[in-house]
Amino acid sequence: MALLKIRNLTVSFATSTGPFKAVDGIDVDIEPSEVLAIVGESGSGKSVSMLAVMGLLPDTATVTADVMEFDGRDMLSMSGAERRRIIGREITMIFQEPIASLNPSFTVGFQIEEVLRINAGMSKAAARARAIELFDAVGIPEPAEKMRSYPHQLSGGQCQRVMIAIAIATNPRLLIADEPTTALDVTIQKQILDLLLDLQETHGMGLILITHDMGVVAETADRVVVQFKGQKMEEADVLSLFEAPQHPYTRALLSALPELATGDRLPTVSDYFAEAGQ
Amino acid sequence: MSIVVEGKGLTQDYHVAGGLFRPSKTVRAVKGVDFAVERGKTLAIVGESGSGKSTLARIVALIDRQSGGTLRIEGEDVDIGTGKPTRALRSKVQMVFQNPYGSLNPRQKVGEALTEPLLLNSDLDGPTRREKAEAMLEKVGLQRAHFNRYPHMFSGGQRQRIAIARALMLNPALLVLDEAVSALDLSVQAQVLNLLADLQEEFNLTYVFISHDLSVVRYIADEVMVMNKGEAVEQGSRDAVFTDPQHPYTRQLFAATPITDIEAIRARVARRKAARAAALA
Repeated sequence: MALLKIRNLTVSFATSTGPFKAVDGIDVDIEPSEVLAIVGESGSGKSVSMLAVMGLLPDTATVTADVMEFDGRDMLSMSGAERRRIIGREITMIFQEPIASLNPSFTVGFQIEEVLRINAGMSKAAARARAIELFDAVGIPEPAEKMRSYPHQLSGGQCQRVMIAIAIATNPRLLIADEPTTALDVTIQKQILDLLLDLQETHGMGLILITHDMGVVAETADRVVVQFKGQKMEEADVLSLFEAPQHPYTRALLSALPELATGDRLPTVSDYFAEAGQ
Repeated sequence: MSIVVEGKGLTQDYHVAGGLFRPSKTVRAVKGVDFAVERGKTLAIVGESGSGKSTLARIVALIDRQSGGTLRIEGEDVDIGTGKPTRALRSKVQMVFQNPYGSLNPRQKVGEALTEPLLLNSDLDGPTRREKAEAMLEKVGLQRAHFNRYPHMFSGGQRQRIAIARALMLNPALLVLDEAVSALDLSVQAQVLNLLADLQEEFNLTYVFISHDLSVVRYIADEVMVMNKGEAVEQGSRDAVFTDPQHPYTRQLFAATPITDIEAIRARVARRKAARAAALA
């Protein structure tokens, strides 16, 4: 059974010039312990669709879906209280800017202990012990000392490790990572991606990776969804997608990679849409 | 081939002020860098955050004065600390920044942004300035009618085209591009890289291209300089650096860069399948 099953998800925003559809009829399926990459450029609705699942969109957004099930439970009909038991415990999320995702006024130790006390019902001492364990598991050196650090005292890579530790603190079934390495240097990016895949493998979590970077997709995903302007262009397992991309937009994205350039000019997306007559 | 820009032993120090219980200290952000770029060529400077690549870019673009070493532009020693650069020198070097949302004044029409460098650095009259600006808009793939619009009416890629157009208004010899395509989507990035290649050919421009993205560097560079913690750890032609990197840091950078090679993906998928089968057994 699919861990998360979504059918015909639509998100529209009320704007001064009328409603704007950011996500237009997206279907998403993710199996337990699968890595799904959602790829797209800005405005493709890749983040918005996952924020809709998490219930993190502002009031100006209208979310509709025919089906939204997590682990067989219908998320559309459940009460807010039931939903909150899933969100943040069984489904967790990390974001692009790790330093901005943490509260600057509290130590990182306090922030992870808070999650453990509220979501896992631990005592203060138990939460502290577990937090140190988690910091160690995500590769933070001197975890006990780092508990007393404020976010600004840590590097971007270390803050993202703290975010990951908080996200896996409740042993979630599904982790959604929204551009988790975009703000980081490549050598740090590699460490964080390796960490995410390692945790995914050992905990058997589902992992949804939202990214714009085809290289990241190639090195992490089992299955890939390509989105463009709120619609799904193509869905395939990672090898077929890179070997034989079916949709012109996917072909365009792959050929716009500077590393694959042949000759002097890079093909652009409009070249491909012209070819496809769209 | 003439050398357009040359740096010898360039250093840059930043002074960090002390507090009540903390002594002041000096941070050397660039630790003696040598380079030279020929006319019409592109030098790419690669490095991670804190490598000093943007600090170096600001020295080359005559924004900051170097703490030590010499900078030569078209054979002339330049030191902006000892005298205000002349109009001619200012015209020779222009810069394009990473974020086109931040580098254009939102309350200034595109046309004013483009004509302002001419107003300050040339003696051309109004109609001539306007004509030059409209012609430049066409050159960078926009329309003459865009002259009277404001920056918010354009997409990120179009704004970066405007920033490039403004940098070219004074017919510079050297363009310093600091992460100029990093904020753009992949497909838009391809268009802007194509535009830069076309403009380089047409105006015989020299580029100093700062980037953290090795795949972009591989596409655009003639010469590559890899920086780490203020030092140039490796320098050479693009082919030499990419096919046979010498310094361990360069190799580390290459190893960390995600690649989209089919064989690598096939191997990874097979590894994962095997690991799963082993876990089930």
